[in-house]
Amino acid sequence: MSERPQRQRVVLAHRRGARMVRTRVEVQEQTPVGDALVRGLVRAQLGLALRLGAVLVLLVGAIPLLNALFPGLGAVTVFGVRLNWLVLAGLVYPLLYGVGWAYVHLAEQGERDFVGVVDAEP
Amino acid sequence: MTGSPLTAAALLAAAVATIAIGAYGVRFSRTTSDFLVASRTVGSQWNAAAISGEYLSAASFLGVAGLIAKYGADALWYPVGFTAGYLGLLLFVAAPLRRSGAYTVPDFAEFRLGSTRLRKIAMIVVVVICVFYLVPQYQGAGLTLKTLLGTPVWLGPVAVGAIVLTNVVAGGMRSITFVQAFQYWLKLTAVAIPALALAGLFLADRGGDLGGPLPPTVQQDTTVAIDTDVVVQVTEPAGITVTGVLDGRRVDRAPIGAPGRHELDAGATLSLAAGAATPVVAGTPSSGREWIASGGGLGGEHPMYQVVSIMVATFLGTMGLPHVLVRFYTNPDGRAARRTALAVIALLALFYLFPTLLGVFARLYVPQLLITGTADAAVLLAPGSAIGGAAGQLLAALVAAGAIAAFLATSSGLLVSFAGALATDVLGGRVRDFRIAAVLGGVIPIPLALAASGGLELSRSVGLAFAVAASTLCPLLVLGIWWRGLTAVGAGCGLAVGGLLSGVAVTVAVAGGVDDDLAGGWPAVLIGYPAAVSVPLAFATMIVVSRVTRSRVPADVAQSFARMHLPENLGMGVERLPRS
Repeated sequence: MSERPQRQRVVLAHRRGARMVRTRVEVQEQTPVGDALVRGLVRAQLGLALRLGAVLVLLVGAIPLLNALFPGLGAVTVFGVRLNWLVLAGLVYPLLYGVGWAYVHLAEQGERDFVGVVDAEP
Repeated sequence: MTGSPLTAAALLAAAVATIAIGAYGVRFSRTTSDFLVASRTVGSQWNAAAISGEYLSAASFLGVAGLIAKYGADALWYPVGFTAGYLGLLLFVAAPLRRSGAYTVPDFAEFRLGSTRLRKIAMIVVVVICVFYLVPQYQGAGLTLKTLLGTPVWLGPVAVGAIVLTNVVAGGMRSITFVQAFQYWLKLTAVAIPALALAGLFLADRGGDLGGPLPPTVQQDTTVAIDTDVVVQVTEPAGITVTGVLDGRRVDRAPIGAPGRHELDAGATLSLAAGAATPVVAGTPSSGREWIASGGGLGGEHPMYQVVSIMVATFLGTMGLPHVLVRFYTNPDGRAARRTALAVIALLALFYLFPTLLGVFARLYVPQLLITGTADAAVLLAPGSAIGGAAGQLLAALVAAGAIAAFLATSSGLLVSFAGALATDVLGGRVRDFRIAAVLGGVIPIPLALAASGGLELSRSVGLAFAVAASTLCPLLVLGIWWRGLTAVGAGCGLAVGGLLSGVAVTVAVAGGVDDDLAGGWPAVLIGYPAAVSVPLAFATMIVVSRVTRSRVPADVAQSFARMHLPENLGMGVERLPRS
């Protein structure tokens, strides 16, 4: 009678690869867990877009409002240019780019985090 | 102004360059995917230049400066809105739309809501927006060729139509990507150099007071021919004489009379002695003080509503413009789509600095444009009039080349979207069908452009096309991308409500508009700026009808959402292509 092979202990670290595939598949096959993950991502990205959109609307919307409330404000000159022209023809554009830049970076960060969660060890 | 050979040569050179670069691109165009979405291989730098090149239409190149010269500070909202629209697109549409894998807006509608009927409705909306947008481009081309070369008005639309058709029919998307990227840089050069030259002139001689109590004054004896009947506001009558029909009476070299409103019939000529204060079209600010202050609106009543409505139309309309969306499908992935949108904001911000300057200088150096109301010609005429001699001629030629590039680029983009939607949804979806559809789309707007009254400034008619886009495709995309509850019935009703409200307003406005004095000015201002009303109504209709038909939410909505929102590296992406 030959000797039985010795019992081997299964090490936790070996499960890593198997688990990674499982979570991915859950997202891809729309299991309840996967669906919840997708919903979370959509909510986060929408929240981000709405927050930045609100910031923009408040800042840009303030321009005509301030002008209506304080008609003298537009007549202030900075470096020989009237404030209303300086804001509308100049300063608004860096603001637009800045909001866009923030969105691109935060949205990509959100996606990286999501992939991180999906591929992470349990 | 009669045509200088230099200007004609510049126009020709811009047109030839367009065809030549297009022909170079044709070598890469083989498959239907090449024609529709350039096989989705355009990097974000090229794409951003191409999108900006395509987007900066006659409205931006000519119209913005014209409006600023005419109305002053409140016209600055147009370029701000035209740029902010890309932020709206970036925040709510860019990446998910690209990841949906759709190749046209109607295709997105079918992908998301699984209804071929909705697809057809969306197709009709796309076609209508393209036509509304093409008409002012063709009109601008007619105006430009007439102003610069004295050709009949019909020649512009026909020439632009022919060149655009050649490129689009030959190479589709693949080929116009190169053309449009080239045209952005051409347009930037063509508007920046004259603007900087005029800025130099202004700083050197400090001529004129922009914010003073007087209207702008002409610097030498000037004669203005009146082409269409016009009512002008005269502030300071000294030095102004009229030959022709003035206030219903025929006069010959008579002084214009007391300050106030005067009617000039078509065929009259107005002579202004050097230093005379220019009359302006009635309803526009006549003194420098009114012009430079914010809050005066763009003619008509309720200026605050006008500004709000312009912002709604342009902020939300850009994400509904088919020719802009179609370019986002050419990005390799969602991340590139976002970066493209961001780069476009930078390119547009850079560009719009210069039409603003040109508008200001046009008021100073060619104030006679304010009389006839054809302020759209400001960009074309200001450099030549302010800077004489060979340098002025060169600048005028450069501007002419940029203007023709503007019409060609935007018209090509619109035509590709028009043809893409029509070819895949009505015809068979083969390359031959794409070409047939393109010919149709290129020809239909020509008679419309000639028939439209031309009473609206270019920026305003393009702004109306934005209003239609904001009231139709914008709610479809935004709700389709972010709200699981949308149903095909809801989307269809919303498209119909938004499309009818804004479409009727645009048609009435283009056909001549409503009297400003009727019922406190509200009908006129609602027709002229419909977006602030039609957009919320379209959103509301889509939401309410979708709630009522809740049982018909597509079964695969979770699948579609995963595909639109998950990053590509999770392997959910599928590229859709027309079945043929």
